[in-house]
Amino acid sequence: MGALSWAALSLPAKPPGLAKASLDRLGESGVAHPVTAVLLNYRGYDTLLEVGVLLLALAGAWSLGRGEQPAENPQSRPLLLSLLRVLLPMLLLAAGHLLWIGAFAPGGAFQGGALLGGALVLLILGGLARRALKRERCLRAGLALGVLVFAGIAAVTMALTGGLLQYPPGAGGALILVIETAAMVSIGLALGLLYLGGQPPEGARRSLLATPPDHA
Amino acid sequence: MIWRSFDWFLLLAIVGLGWRSLNDRDLFRAVIQFIAFGLLAAVAWVRLRAPDVALAEAAVGSGLTGALLLSALARMRRREQQAVPPRTEASE
Repeated sequence: MGALSWAALSLPAKPPGLAKASLDRLGESGVAHPVTAVLLNYRGYDTLLEVGVLLLALAGAWSLGRGEQPAENPQSRPLLLSLLRVLLPMLLLAAGHLLWIGAFAPGGAFQGGALLGGALVLLILGGLARRALKRERCLRAGLALGVLVFAGIAAVTMALTGGLLQYPPGAGGALILVIETAAMVSIGLALGLLYLGGQPPEGARRSLLATPPDHA
Repeated sequence: MIWRSFDWFLLLAIVGLGWRSLNDRDLFRAVIQFIAFGLLAAVAWVRLRAPDVALAEAAVGSGLTGALLLSALARMRRREQQAVPPRTEASE
């Protein structure tokens, strides 16, 4: 505690910072928002690793065993469903908006992905995601998409320019948008699926015997 | 002046909520306090002119983490309910 306070007090009043350097080269980064430029251009590998960390977290949760669907609560269903009818389109729209606007204002893949994750949690709560959760291969593909696209672009740009995630001049904006779109899908899926607390429940063939089929 | 007192309120409320949420015996209340803590932290990020961090904090730090904690709590309670009754019967 004492060392922390001492460190905080001994910080220079005007830190040198990298703000000026990053603002000076903003025009070359392909985006107009300095935070996005740092996250996906200057320090792109940090973000690549972050997307990987999220995937690892989900793999950790899945390794604990099968998760469970929240218990069906018919009394809360009409309310939840009518709320979902309003909320879901807005959440999807807002996620897309945040992704797009990330190029020149606060927003981006993580914020948009968090909204998608929230939408998925609501779908799971409403019992509307049962069929989707059974298609585990699709889920896995979606989860891996972000890291694969990010790493693929990193490999290609490395072959072209010789630097990891060093985009060819002029291509930065488009590449960043592609990476962010793929990352947003994976982040949203990972955050939403974490809610199950494990691998999605067993597929249709086995659960048909144990539980009556649901008509969602 | 108003902003300054607002910042002081934020500072005290964030520290207070963080303390309470760590020390509350009632886990449900602790989670709710953690969610409120996250939302106020998001407001603090806005005050520090870091809206990017504020968005992430509100969505991930408060919203999704809150949902995760609540579901973990519900699962914990369910397991306790499954495990506890035979034990209490035996001890009575």
